[in-house]
Amino acid sequence: MDTIAPMAGSIRFILNGQAVTLPEGTSPTTTLLDWLRGPGRLPGTKEGCAEGDCGACTVVLEHGPTRMPVNACLMLLGQAAGQSIRTVEGLRDAAGEPHPVQRALAEHDGTQCGFCTPGIVMSAWAWTREGGDPHEALAGNLCRCTGYRPILEAMDEMMDDGVAAPDSLPTPREIATASQRFFLPHSVAELVALRAAHPQAWLLAGGTDLGLRVSEHREAPDAVIGLLNVAGLQDLDIGPEGITAGAALPYARLLDTCAADADFAPFAALLRRLGSRQIRSMGTLGGNLGTASPIGDSIPPLIALGATVTLASPRGERSMPVEDFITGYRSSALAADEVIIRITIPRPPPGTLLRCEKLSKRHDQDIATVGLSVLLNFRDGAVATARIAHGGCGPRAARASAAEAALIGAPFDAATADRAAMALEAEIAPLSDLRGSAEYRRIAAGNLLRRLALRGAGGVAEVMAVPTPHTTGLVA
Amino acid sequence: MNATVGRPIAHDSALGHATGAARFADDLPEPPGLLHGALVLSPVAHGRLDALDIPDLPGVVRVIAAADIIGPNDISGSGKAGEPLLTDGVLRHHGQPIALVLAETRDAALRAAQAIKPAITPLPALLDPEEALAREDYLMPPQIITRGDVPEAFAAAPRIAEGRFQAGGQEHFYLESQIALAVPGEDGEIAVTSSTQHPTEVQHIVARILGCDYNRVPVTCRRMGGGFGGKESNASWIAAAAALGARLTGRPVKLRPPRKADMAATGKRHPFLFRWKASFDAAGRILALEATLAADGGHSLDLTPGVVFRALTHALNCYDVPAVRLTALALRTNTVSHTAFRGFGGPQGVLLMEDVIRGVARATGLPPETVRERNFAGGGNGTHTPYGQALEGDLIRRVWAECRDDARWDDRRAEIAAFNASHPYLRRGLGSFVLAFGISFGVRHLNQAGALVHVYADGSIRLNHGGTEMGQGLNVKIAQVVAETFGVPLDRVRITATSTAEVPNTSPTAASTGSDLNGWAAHLAATTIRTRMAEVAAALWDVPADAVCFAEDRAFVDRPGDNRAMGFGELAHRCWIERVSLSATGFYRTPDIHWDPVAMTGEPFFYFSYGASVAEVVVDTLTGEHRVLRADLVQDCGRSLNPAIDRGQIEGAFVQGMGWLTCEELVWDAEGRQRTLGPSTYKIPGSRDVPPSFNVRLLSDAPARSDTIFRSKAVGEPPLMLATAVWNALRDATGVERLDLPATPDRILRALRGSSRSQSGGITGSGDDLRRN
Repeated sequence: MDTIAPMAGSIRFILNGQAVTLPEGTSPTTTLLDWLRGPGRLPGTKEGCAEGDCGACTVVLEHGPTRMPVNACLMLLGQAAGQSIRTVEGLRDAAGEPHPVQRALAEHDGTQCGFCTPGIVMSAWAWTREGGDPHEALAGNLCRCTGYRPILEAMDEMMDDGVAAPDSLPTPREIATASQRFFLPHSVAELVALRAAHPQAWLLAGGTDLGLRVSEHREAPDAVIGLLNVAGLQDLDIGPEGITAGAALPYARLLDTCAADADFAPFAALLRRLGSRQIRSMGTLGGNLGTASPIGDSIPPLIALGATVTLASPRGERSMPVEDFITGYRSSALAADEVIIRITIPRPPPGTLLRCEKLSKRHDQDIATVGLSVLLNFRDGAVATARIAHGGCGPRAARASAAEAALIGAPFDAATADRAAMALEAEIAPLSDLRGSAEYRRIAAGNLLRRLALRGAGGVAEVMAVPTPHTTGLVA
Repeated sequence: MNATVGRPIAHDSALGHATGAARFADDLPEPPGLLHGALVLSPVAHGRLDALDIPDLPGVVRVIAAADIIGPNDISGSGKAGEPLLTDGVLRHHGQPIALVLAETRDAALRAAQAIKPAITPLPALLDPEEALAREDYLMPPQIITRGDVPEAFAAAPRIAEGRFQAGGQEHFYLESQIALAVPGEDGEIAVTSSTQHPTEVQHIVARILGCDYNRVPVTCRRMGGGFGGKESNASWIAAAAALGARLTGRPVKLRPPRKADMAATGKRHPFLFRWKASFDAAGRILALEATLAADGGHSLDLTPGVVFRALTHALNCYDVPAVRLTALALRTNTVSHTAFRGFGGPQGVLLMEDVIRGVARATGLPPETVRERNFAGGGNGTHTPYGQALEGDLIRRVWAECRDDARWDDRRAEIAAFNASHPYLRRGLGSFVLAFGISFGVRHLNQAGALVHVYADGSIRLNHGGTEMGQGLNVKIAQVVAETFGVPLDRVRITATSTAEVPNTSPTAASTGSDLNGWAAHLAATTIRTRMAEVAAALWDVPADAVCFAEDRAFVDRPGDNRAMGFGELAHRCWIERVSLSATGFYRTPDIHWDPVAMTGEPFFYFSYGASVAEVVVDTLTGEHRVLRADLVQDCGRSLNPAIDRGQIEGAFVQGMGWLTCEELVWDAEGRQRTLGPSTYKIPGSRDVPPSFNVRLLSDAPARSDTIFRSKAVGEPPLMLATAVWNALRDATGVERLDLPATPDRILRALRGSSRSQSGGITGSGDDLRRN
């Protein structure tokens, strides 16, 4: 593909199976949603929130056999270049008949006001291919009318249509207009050179955070450096040593890999609650590290796992532990001319206890009020090494060294956990904000340690694990 | 059995929704020359606007401020409440509109609105409703309902309990945010397309702001992407702003605030503070109750009088207390003006007795359900509400008994007790709720409706009525009524956009009355036409008109041995040839309702809707995380017009109510800025939050006793309140005495810890510097 990629060019993509070339001068930082609803004359895709949380704007990227739902409100046209995109209008067959997924939703009373419905249709259509828990597939789609029951019942009837994706198109290395440049470098060397040449440029991985500056604040940056096509930045390698993930690897692929590996399954359980399928189709570890948010979902587990981050600049590469990379509230060790290129996550040794906990107001698609990740090694029935990392409990995600010290050398039982919990409560400095009070964060963080000792093995938050054997129905 | 009425027919737009073909206001092709609007909003909760300097901004055509308003700067329904469209110089809440930017593109308008920085002198803001209560800072005089001799009842009281708690507000979060499109026409006409529950009020407010007659303002609404009360009064000012822009520029104007601006500038469900004192006997019979329900109305009146009225008239819900003194207050704070939201004060009102029942149960050692049963209206207890309207004690007991059976209450109590005894930190709990909800607008004159029906010469039917479609399936229900009346299949009936040009002087689609009012109006219109058609057929067949019947898409003679019949289309054509009008209006007003605002007595409701629920929850006592495991609901829909639609209303309302009571938390910071402006910070329920076991029963064999349309009952709001069982279940699981709402993990954990703060009664619930509502 590289050989035929033009150096600079217009934006082309496949839309509902047809190649589309946008007119010269089209801003590459227009959101896909605005383009679809405006010049694209496809108003079926809706804007509900323009912040990637409601899912009304969901469209699907068709990549070979995979279907990745994405929020069109956060995706810039520069990111859409070369992709194969399907919208709700593109599901009808050649004769114009609705797709069975659309019929199922309509026939099961799965629509009321209908505004969320196109997004739900697209998420469901992707799910018929990708499978998994229907709730997980719907986590990025809010419906305010139905109460979801009829949507879930409709999904029970849906099947993969087996339709193959159209080919994608080559992407240009740069999209330029009179006032904007959108670079899509192909190599780390090219990326580093561009970074040095354009220090003010937006470094755009998935855009699930940065995209808000366009969708909400209507900014039009002069220059953007997109990371999607940089060789190596989408790589994922898993082996006996652990995982090496390119900085621009979407969470969705990392999740699939972690979920299939028992050692990383607890990390997968957390990743499954990070954003939604739409967000995980685009969002990246590199992006989460780059924003250095104190509540970044992925940072506590990376710290607990002892992950390192590798940065590249004209001076070469350097690596450092994630805990050292995060230096403060939304600040990191990243120099102005540096870019994050990969994250290395060591495999937990055999016999290790790894838990990646998250508390939030809503189970799915909510930012953590408290995050707590714990990695314990044992020798002779006692804790030999401990790595505990918290999020949402201070200006930055960080190690809890006092809590760790309280565990070392003792059996991991209720009494030890209680001591560690008290140490944790004393060493964190949470604030009150819209997600929770300082008091809650402090108590709950400690209790997450206590809970760990009480339950031993087990994965997801326990209230979600309580079975409900009773059936649902309309009582005659 | 009716042919179409009573059948589970899907929403008329379901396939249009699913294919993206159903057009919402923002999906319509944009007219040439369209300008896009964006609002400049107040960054402070209280302040004085000193200057509004407009920098030179690219793409901006005009910036409109209060001085540009042609008519009175008042968007209140009454026109007398002095609620400005654009600030009159004083800023009374964060998010209050200051100016309207009009630009060539939406991007330019939004950028300009962000770039304009008005000069403001901040003033001290009153943010805490507790403080407003202490200061007696009210938006309107207190409303009080009394019955019996309350001081005497307390003096003689065997036992007394007291309580206080608070419930937060709720953002509507309609998926389609507010939008209006105004297009100037000839002779001063401005045609408005609005996402509104109340096209007539849009017409009135637009006309007032423009200083023109109502007849210059046709308003149309084909559908809304959700309303829930949020587009009852708030849609009007959005439309008025767009219309003002169109009038001043002569160009079409679209105003679609982004989600955050929508959430900042539009009102929400009223937060409430509650105080009560009850006297009761050892058997749990409540003898006297003194209570205050204080609504936080925000900075202005809006629909608060109606919300307070409904809270007050529902404060005893389905229960009888012989001696009561109920006081309802509307507090003024420097927050956005709170407004209608599904239930309209009812959901807050019915919380009161739940807390009282719980308090009495705790004091007597009786199960709450026993206290509940012993205080139901009817049976040996009094049958009337304190304002003098009769409740149906048999239906109250029936919905509860059926729900209790469906839920296998006693078995599950035992299962839950066993689980709780065995688990180190999870606690399950079971809660119940029973509802009597009055149906009718509290404002008498709103209980009217009109419809316009045409039959064309081919027998196709065009239906227009005053109700609006926001997803609740009103249109299909009314179409079913019309099809039933004409004896034709549903597909003969074409559903059309609500329009003030077709049916004038309509009421909002609200108060659960949409199908009750408009169904009757459409039925009457169709009946008028059918009567004329019957006369034509009767003349042709030389039979009395009442011998002509309509069914199965034809008219026929209903006499033994007489097989004469004619297709409906053929008869319509004959009527045309015979020069008989095939168009009629229908008009309905609800009979029998009355209210004395001085005595605070009357029969303001045409009838009551009854329902009952049981919910089971599990709570993690270490983290406060919780989940609803199962819900069993019984809802009285009378003889349902459409059980599929009604089930959707019941389930959706329950989940929305659950959100209000659990995860949906509005947070204001110390400066009175809303911090929960968008779905990333304001969390409505997702699919996983719905009870995995969710059982709904429509009460069977229960035709409405009042003369409702086909003996159906309203369903829009009542089931939202059935979610109250979740609150009771959470309290059952945790055993905490006081649990303010929404019961977030944060509140639950702090309640479990007996945190002084959560018990203090301050609405400054959890945050060090935040107010959680």
